Parts: sequence; C-alpha cells; structure tokens
Amino acid sequence: MAARGPPGARGMGNRFAQFKLVLLGESAVGKSSIVLRFVKDQFDSYRESTIGAAFLTQTISLDETTTVKFEIWDTAGQERYKSLAPMYYRNANCAVVVYDITQASSLDKAKAWVKELQRQANENIIIALAGNKLDLVTDEPDKRAITTEEAESYANEAGLLFFETSAKTAENVAELFTAIAKRLPLDQSPRLGGRGERVTLAPESANTEAGGPCAC
Amino acid sequence: MDMDTDTDSAPPTMQTPPPPPPLPPRPPRRSPSGGSLGLASPGDALGNLLQLQVAPATTAVSSIDISTLSFPDGSRGTFSRTASRTTTRAASATASGYATPTHDTLGALGPLSARVNLADGSDSMSLMSFAPTLRPPGDLASLVAGELNRKSPAWMLLRSQSATVQPFETSVERGPSTTSALAGFESEFDDIPDRSAVTADEDRLALWKAKLKHYMILSSAGKPIYSRHGDLGLVNSYMGIVQTIISFYEGAQNPLLGFTAGNARFVIATEGPLYLVAISRLGESDAQLRSQLDALYMQILSTLTLPTLQNIFVHRPSTDLRKPLEGTESLLSSLADSFTRGSPSALLGALECLRLRKSQRHSINNAFLKLRSDRLLYGLIVAGGKLVSVIRPRKHSLHPSDLQLIFNMLFASGGIKAGGGENWIPLCLPAFNNRGYLYMYVSFFGDESSPGSPGSARNKPAAPREAAEQPHPPSSPLSSDEGQAEQAEEDEIAIILISTDKESFFELKEMRDSVAHQLAKNGSLAIIKEAVRSGRPSVAAIAPGVQISHFLYKSRANVQFCMASLDQPAFGGGSGSIASSSSKMVARRRLMSLYHELHASMHAKHSHLKVLHCVGDAAASLAWITPVFEFYCVAGPNISRALVTQGANKIVQWARREEERLFIIGGGVF
Repeated sequence: MAARGPPGARGMGNRFAQFKLVLLGESAVGKSSIVLRFVKDQFDSYRESTIGAAFLTQTISLDETTTVKFEIWDTAGQERYKSLAPMYYRNANCAVVVYDITQASSLDKAKAWVKELQRQANENIIIALAGNKLDLVTDEPDKRAITTEEAESYANEAGLLFFETSAKTAENVAELFTAIAKRLPLDQSPRLGGRGERVTLAPESANTEAGGPCAC
Repeated sequence: MDMDTDTDSAPPTMQTPPPPPPLPPRPPRRSPSGGSLGLASPGDALGNLLQLQVAPATTAVSSIDISTLSFPDGSRGTFSRTASRTTTRAASATASGYATPTHDTLGALGPLSARVNLADGSDSMSLMSFAPTLRPPGDLASLVAGELNRKSPAWMLLRSQSATVQPFETSVERGPSTTSALAGFESEFDDIPDRSAVTADEDRLALWKAKLKHYMILSSAGKPIYSRHGDLGLVNSYMGIVQTIISFYEGAQNPLLGFTAGNARFVIATEGPLYLVAISRLGESDAQLRSQLDALYMQILSTLTLPTLQNIFVHRPSTDLRKPLEGTESLLSSLADSFTRGSPSALLGALECLRLRKSQRHSINNAFLKLRSDRLLYGLIVAGGKLVSVIRPRKHSLHPSDLQLIFNMLFASGGIKAGGGENWIPLCLPAFNNRGYLYMYVSFFGDESSPGSPGSARNKPAAPREAAEQPHPPSSPLSSDEGQAEQAEEDEIAIILISTDKESFFELKEMRDSVAHQLAKNGSLAIIKEAVRSGRPSVAAIAPGVQISHFLYKSRANVQFCMASLDQPAFGGGSGSIASSSSKMVARRRLMSLYHELHASMHAKHSHLKVLHCVGDAAASLAWITPVFEFYCVAGPNISRALVTQGANKIVQWARREEERLFIIGGGVF
C-alpha cells in the first residue's frame, strides 16, 4: 500500500507508477553524468569513478495526470563489479545501456550488456541504448568513432530505444527518460516496481561472498 | 605497533634537548588531578623569568619609539590595530588570556615586575626579555620587507625575544620559500602537465623530480601500478630501476628496507607480489613512511581482497594490476595527499571524534541501536570527518585503519559525495577480514535538516518516504524529489551501515530512514550540526592563560585523538587571514612536520623516552607519553620549559576530565 502515490493528494484518475531502472555500460562512458543531469540537472566534468553503485530517485510528469517515479541504480562500470550487476538488473523494469560515441570499444561492451539483459533480466525489460558525449563531436566531428547510423541500426535490430545524448549540454537526456516512461506499462498495477517487489530482492541471500561472520 | 625493521635508525632530527625534565609520575586512570609533569613551582618559574629581564634594553630605542609601539606592557591592542597579520594573532591571544585591563604606564619598563603579581603564575608568560637579538642585519632587512615595514626595526629586534612570539612566526615572516625543508611545497599538489608541444619531457621530468614526496607501487615483475606524480609513461623507466634494485636484494634473501639519497629518504615495503616505495624529503621517519605505505596497501586490499590479489599474480605474474584497480587511483591519491599534507589521524593511528555530551552521545547510540536492522554488522555516524557514534556486535570492534579507509573514501575523495544519492559499496576491511567483502550503505543527511518541510510525514518511522511525497506539478517536467540543501563540506553528516549481506541494501536504507527520522525528532541532528559548527576548541578555551599554541592528545586505550583548533594563521587556519591558500598549506605542513619529528623521536627504537622538550628557532615543543595517553604540543620559541610543562599539565587534565565527551568509549554494543 505504502508504495502508492499519495492518495487523496491528487484527484481521481491520476496515475502514479514507480519503476526500477538500471544503468549499465563500460567505465567512463558517462553513466553517472547522465543520472546527475537527469536527477539534479547538474554536470561535473571532473567526476571521479563511481564506487560500487549509487541509488537515486527522480519523478517526472508525463502529462497532466501521469507521474512516473524512477528508482535508479547507477552502477560502476569497472570489470571487478561485473559479478554484482545481476543484483541490480534482476527486477529492473527498464535499463539504460550507455556507450561513448568517441570510443569504438564501448559499443561492443554495450552490446554485451544488452545481450546479458535480454537473457537474464526481466523478460519485459525496456532497454534504451544511449550514445553519450555528443557534445565532443559537435565541434570536432573527427572525434566520433561510432556513427549514428551504425548504432541506430543495431538498436532497431535488437529492439532498443535509441538516443545520442550529452550529459554536459543536457541534450536528449530528459527525452531519453521520458521515452522510457512512455514505453512502460503505466496501466498495469501502480504497485509495479514498488516495495512489494523489493522483498523478492532479499531472501535468496543465504550465502554471500562475504568472508566475515554472520550479521549477528 | 611500529613496523620499523630497518637497520639504520632515523637520524635524530630534533635539536638535542637539554637534560629532560624529571619523569612524570604515572597518573592513575580517571583521576583528573593526577598526572602532573615535573614542574618547578610557579614561584621558581617567575624567579627565572625575572632574571631574564634584569638587563635593560640596550638597543637604541628612544622612549618615544617605545610609547608609540606601546612596549612593553599591556596595551597590545594598539598593535593589533596598527600592525599587520603577524601581530594580530598575538594580540588577540593576549587579549583573550591574560591582558590586564588597566594599562596606565605605557613605555615604562618599571611596571613589568608589578605586572607579574597580577594574577596567578601563568600571567608571567606575558613578560618579555629585553636582551637584544643576535640576528644579523641582513636577516632583519628581510624581516621588515614588504607589508611589514610599518614596524620599526627596533620593534622587531625586541619582539623576537618576546614570549608572545607565536610558533613559526619568524619563519612565516621570512616567507615559505626560504624555509628550506618546505621549499616548493606550495606546488606539491599541482599536476604535472600532459605531454604536449609546449612542455618537453625534460621539463616534465624536472617538475616530477621537484616533488617532495613520491609514492610508487609496482608489481614484483616490474609492472607499474601506481605513481602519485606523473603519468606512468613518464616514470616507467624509474619504476624499472626501482624494481631492479629491490629485486637484487630480494634475490639475496636480504630485503632492502630503505636508503637515503641526498636529502631524500627511500622506504620500501614488500607485500607479497607488490613493491611499495615512499620517497620523502619532508623528514618523516622510516616507521612513519612505512605506515603510510601500509595504508596504501590496505587500500588495494580493500578493493581486491587478499585472495584475489594473490590469485591474480599466481596465475599470471606479469598481470597489469591497473585494470583490476581501475577507478581507485583517486582513493590512493587522496590517501597519499593526506599524508603529504600531514594528517594527525594517520600520524597517531587514531581517529577523531565529535565532541558531544555523554548524554547526547548516549541518546544517539540508543536510537541507533533500537532501530538496528538484523543484517547490520557495523553502524557509524560521521560528521565533518569526525566520528559521532558507532554501534557494533559485542565480539567485534572496528580497527582504526579500516575506518581511515572509509573516511578517506567518503570525505577525501569526491566520488561518493558528488553523486548525491545513496551508495552501496562492496569493500573489504582488511584489518577486520582481508579475505572477503562487506557491503557498505552510505548516505549523507540532507533533507532531514528541515524537519518541517512539506513531504516529511515522519510520524511512522517505518513508513516509506514516498508515501508522503507530493506530486510535482506537471508544469515542471523535471524535478528532484530529494532534498538538495547545499551543505558546506565540514557540515556533512554521513550514516554508514555495513552488512555482510550484499542483498540487504533496502533493509539498511529503511534503517537509515528511521534513524534519520528519529535523530531529527529528538534533536540529536541539530546537536550534531551545532557541534560540528563550533569546531575544535582553542587552547585558550580549554585552559585560559596557557601559553601553548596547539596540541594533539591521543587516548591510547580508545585509539582516538583530539586536538586544538587549527584556526590561526601560524597553522594555516584563520578565515580573516590574508595568506594565500598555498601559504596556508605550507603553514599546516610546518606544524605537522614538527609533530612528525616529535613523534619520530618519541617512537624511535630503543629511545624509551617519556618526555621530550625541544626548543628551536621557530617553536618550542613538548612530547609526553604515558601508558594512558600520548601528548604533543607546540608553543612559541621563547616560552620556557616550565611554562610549557605547566600548560601541558592543564591540557592533559582537561582531556582526562572530558574523556567521555572527547572520545567514544566502547560505543553502542549489541
């Protein structure tokens, strides 16, 4: 019950839905920057690497009557965190897989993530592909390593939403999340992605990798 | 504790002190009146001081000069208005402590002796001796150069003997560039520019060599892993040389621990497949450098765990460890930089706590304990880099070196703070268990600071926060639903919840929300904020009239320390100071270097020192170690030993009286 939108605060006919979103992608492609732009409308060019994962929330209004709240897992891109990724995407309703349009290898990594999501994650998961750092190629087109056409045709093939974004200039960042929200099944139970589902996160943790004693 | 295994002991960097004062009696624990340093009675001290001023002023100071300078007695307030920064601090210190309200006889030398009797013995500290200085004229010229030229040379001469000369004041006046040990320290943290057309490799190498402190980590196969300064391309060949030298000794079963080249000390630590090297021209002891290297190694273990690290090299000895460590360079660098700046916490191997009343800390602990999640292993509340509360299982305590890694991650490096969200971080706490990961929930308190804000329906602690959130008006498509109160860095309050269960994020998040709510409701949050804002106490507030400028006090049993406020220009503090940030940094390092020297002398192998009193050009200092505490303090260069020891006694008594406020004793146990 608690996860519903505030009852009574809005008139009848208003919809409130809550979804779990995970960001994946190679390190240093700008996952955290996209989230920071989306959640706080800020940008920091000297951002340090994410350690572990960060959890943030952001609410957007799709129209007069529809509010969507994202619970966002911003994961670290380094290889050593890879084994933890399933924990974050396991119950995700949507995922943003990010690559850097100036780094050819980052799209390969993104494709690998898409594959893993399609195989392992929630079967209805909405996946968006985001080619970040668009600002770098507006002045110097030579820097681009992955053409829009190439990425777009891959996205179509794999059934992904596709945007080229710039966390720095905010270009297409809000659009990306809005497009995801519009694809999500808003008419289903508003409890989707809510607290009821979280409970399934925890119980199967009988053996953790931690070497320490039990949590007492 | 010290890991010094090197054969050539650190050279004694202190001036050899005069015969040490008598051994202090070991004070019984919890006796606030116990622990008095062997100290001449105040009467004796006064007698000595009075002898000092037998000689009348022999410099050609006219009486007019004297009166305009308001010398010698009392009216130092006059100076504070006319003189520049070097005297303002002295003046205010004077005013706060022992200035007499009645200054009737300016310019007369006579009242001095009368003044002595004004209050208790500590008042005699404001006495000045009139013996002329022996400073050569050239030096004098530099003293009065620039902004200081409003003071007459005669004043400078006289003042150099004054008891109100602050530590390092003379060296500050001469400017940082002339104090040889710290020459170039202001650019220590500047990046070496990338290779480009304008910067030749020789220039970059020269910049690299000019750094006073280096840390290098490489694999035993010679693969570079980390260097504090310079990209690995630049320093690769040096890494090769280092590897060759170390391997030569390793091969001979006679590991190389350290050596000196010029004024640089090299200390080498071999940790399994890793070589760690510290190179310092800042005068630290081998043991101190070794503990710094140990902290860097712990940071690596914290990222990888020991079995992972070993496996990597068992299977492929030539592995490039940079890839597995990717993203943690900033953590290594922020550790390295805190050592280079000089960290009391690292020096003493202890933590600093936020000073709170016992009952206040108790109520925080209780709220924390009561709302504890079943999956919690350790819970911490940290404010402004100081520990506020700890809860832990009965059979485990937290090791300071682990906490230092956490503090470094949270406060020194920007990665976590900048995100603005809640964090879930797998990490290994090597002193707790170097073989496995724990999972750490971290969040900085934000919106709880305004409990009355809309959307904070806090009457049901277990209720999820979103239940009360107001919908955002459709007119603003993007808006954050978390509080974004801008907080100054030192204001930041973090809650850290550590679990062995990697799936427990949401449980710990729920616990955090209820703890935050409870602390806001019972006023603890406001108390914590107030305590952070009021900062560290000044010496004058702790023991009025004491002539000590700064101190560190470590409680050995609690492995915690406290220190006086650094808020004065001589120590790189003071908001009103006109000094640039780089000269503040130098001032801070100068103080920390002195503490490092004291610490090294006290902890030198076989030294068995209990009390050490040092007098130098720039400052007098005292170290005092008992089984209960370690105490280090700094005073102006002309403060007598008797006065320093007397002040030390007062501060130690204060610290022992305030023990339960200054330190967390045991913490909340479940």
